[in-house]
Amino acid sequence: MDTVTLQNVSKSYGKNVPPALQDVSFSVKKGELFGLIGPDGAGKSTIFRILTTLLLSDKGTATVAGYDVVKNYHEIRSCVGYMPGKFSLYQDLTIEENLHFFATLFGTTVEANYALIKDIYEQIAPFKDRRAGKLSGGMKQKLALCCALVHRPEVLFLDEPTTGVDAVSRKEFWEMLQRLKQEGITIVVSTPYMDEASLCERIALIQTGQILSIDTPANIIKAYPGKLYALRAPKVYLLLKDTRQYEGMAQCYAAGDTLHLSFKDEAKDHPAGLLSWLESKGHKGVSIEEITPDIEDCFIAKTSIHE
Amino acid sequence: MKQFMVFVRKEFYHVFRDRRTLLILFGLPVMQILLFGYALTTEIKNAEIIVVDHAGDAASQQLTTMIAASKYFDINASDKSDEDIYKAFKKGKVKCAVVFPIGFGNDLLNGEVAQIQIIADASDPNTAKTLTNYLTAITAEYQQQINPTANIPMRIEPVTRMLYNPELNGSMNFVPGVMALVLMIICTTLTSVSIVREKEMGTMEILLVSPFKPTYVVLAKAVPYLALSLIDLIIILLLAVVALNMPIRGSIILLLLESTLFIISCLSLGLLISSVTRSQQTAMMVSMMGMMLPTILFTGFIFPLENMPWPLQFISNLLPSRWFYVIVKAVMLKGLGIGVIWKETLVLAGMTVLLLTISIKSFKTRLS
Repeated sequence: MDTVTLQNVSKSYGKNVPPALQDVSFSVKKGELFGLIGPDGAGKSTIFRILTTLLLSDKGTATVAGYDVVKNYHEIRSCVGYMPGKFSLYQDLTIEENLHFFATLFGTTVEANYALIKDIYEQIAPFKDRRAGKLSGGMKQKLALCCALVHRPEVLFLDEPTTGVDAVSRKEFWEMLQRLKQEGITIVVSTPYMDEASLCERIALIQTGQILSIDTPANIIKAYPGKLYALRAPKVYLLLKDTRQYEGMAQCYAAGDTLHLSFKDEAKDHPAGLLSWLESKGHKGVSIEEITPDIEDCFIAKTSIHE
Repeated sequence: MKQFMVFVRKEFYHVFRDRRTLLILFGLPVMQILLFGYALTTEIKNAEIIVVDHAGDAASQQLTTMIAASKYFDINASDKSDEDIYKAFKKGKVKCAVVFPIGFGNDLLNGEVAQIQIIADASDPNTAKTLTNYLTAITAEYQQQINPTANIPMRIEPVTRMLYNPELNGSMNFVPGVMALVLMIICTTLTSVSIVREKEMGTMEILLVSPFKPTYVVLAKAVPYLALSLIDLIIILLLAVVALNMPIRGSIILLLLESTLFIISCLSLGLLISSVTRSQQTAMMVSMMGMMLPTILFTGFIFPLENMPWPLQFISNLLPSRWFYVIVKAVMLKGLGIGVIWKETLVLAGMTVLLLTISIKSFKTRLS
């Protein structure tokens, strides 16, 4: 049975604002590492809040660990771990006090499940008498993860755990998630960073409250419509405007120091045609090659179809 | 239970690690009591007075000396003319003037009606009335002195006795009122702010997504503040007794129990405020400003409730502090027991139960 399910869930925060979620359905298998990928305001936090029984949906049903989020909210609250998007521990309590408080609140002790958090806790243990408010972003996230894990939850909900965290800590964080997955904990994690998507087993791309697609990262990349090209030049930012005006251009956008683009049809002479068009516009040293799309390219392609 | 205790301990950590909370908790009561006890008083002492003595005889000088000797008056000048009086009043420094007419002493000794004129600045009517009363009293006293055996037929001599507070000490009236005011503000502010802080910091989300029941969250918030408010109460009582010479004539146990009841009703009010506000600032504004003014106006320790039109009297009856004030005065000053104040106690208990029920019911088990 699926550990987390959502069926046709809709949620609106008011009549005059666009709905936060429209008809969202997906399910997460037991022991899976599932990612919700989407930009800010896509509705990721709303999904988390509905699943953690903090919000009621307007329409649709949802279950967590077999319990209904409305009827059996009390059972769900005992068996999930939740890490909200904003750092939400007591800033005026030390690392140790925070951990001890949350362990007791969940009716357990730090020692009882120490094995589960040991790897993470040992990294912040040298600072255990420091107040949480004085920790760095990465250490805060580790502490928050410890607190969310201390009662060995069945399901772990992590709302943008890596936002505002440096690159090294982000990498470490995902490694920790892989280890937790091996402990059999179902993990639902959201992130606005597309490069983290490939670290999940399955992902849901989400935009303006709607699911664009749900699959493994590899399948989502495989399903990319058509071919994707990368355009390189010494001064790439000057190219964007002219490239977009090329006849037959479907999409063109900046991706790091290159331009990613796709054509409306698969006619063979498009790449060469584009190069000569750009040369006629006075651009020099431009090269083009076909590349494998990443999740971000898939996301952009999906969004444009959607619109 | 263990969860509950850990939660309570966490609340104490919050309080003792936050300077602002500590300041409100312990600075506010001391400041208020001292302020109301010493600085803010309706008594008038050392009012400046002008004496214009056209008589210049023994009688007028004796009376002038008596006025000067009383603690209520300081003689500003005694050699002024009539015109000077009005100039002095216009400057506003002098509140009152006494004029002895020519022949004052002669009239007095010859059994005629001797007159003196008292002029007061009535732009503040209460002060003017008080000062003229003082002067009349001094004059009467003088009359008694010079003629103790006078036997005027059919004379009524009122013998007044100021019960419970013979010295007419103003702080007797204020301290019970300030007790109500301070406890009200501290209890509502601290509880409401502490819950709203959890909302603002996002920790409420985690608390809700835990097996700890929301009702317990409310109770675990209230318990530490109840304990701290009781400490506050003791500080206030000590200050009142030691610094302001207030008596506690009734049972201290009864006073503490009644105060506990009042504190719980204020805590419940704070919990209620917290469930309708979102930011610490709003919670603070609502509980400090929103509570302070009605408490000052409608508790009865500054403005007498009896003279208010009925809609205002009705409002005053809705305030727990109004009933607590009556109870404290009865127990502290009059030394009365529960037999006399059971009605007020019952009203207060009813309000407490009602407020606590509403605040627990209105505490949301989900966000928004």
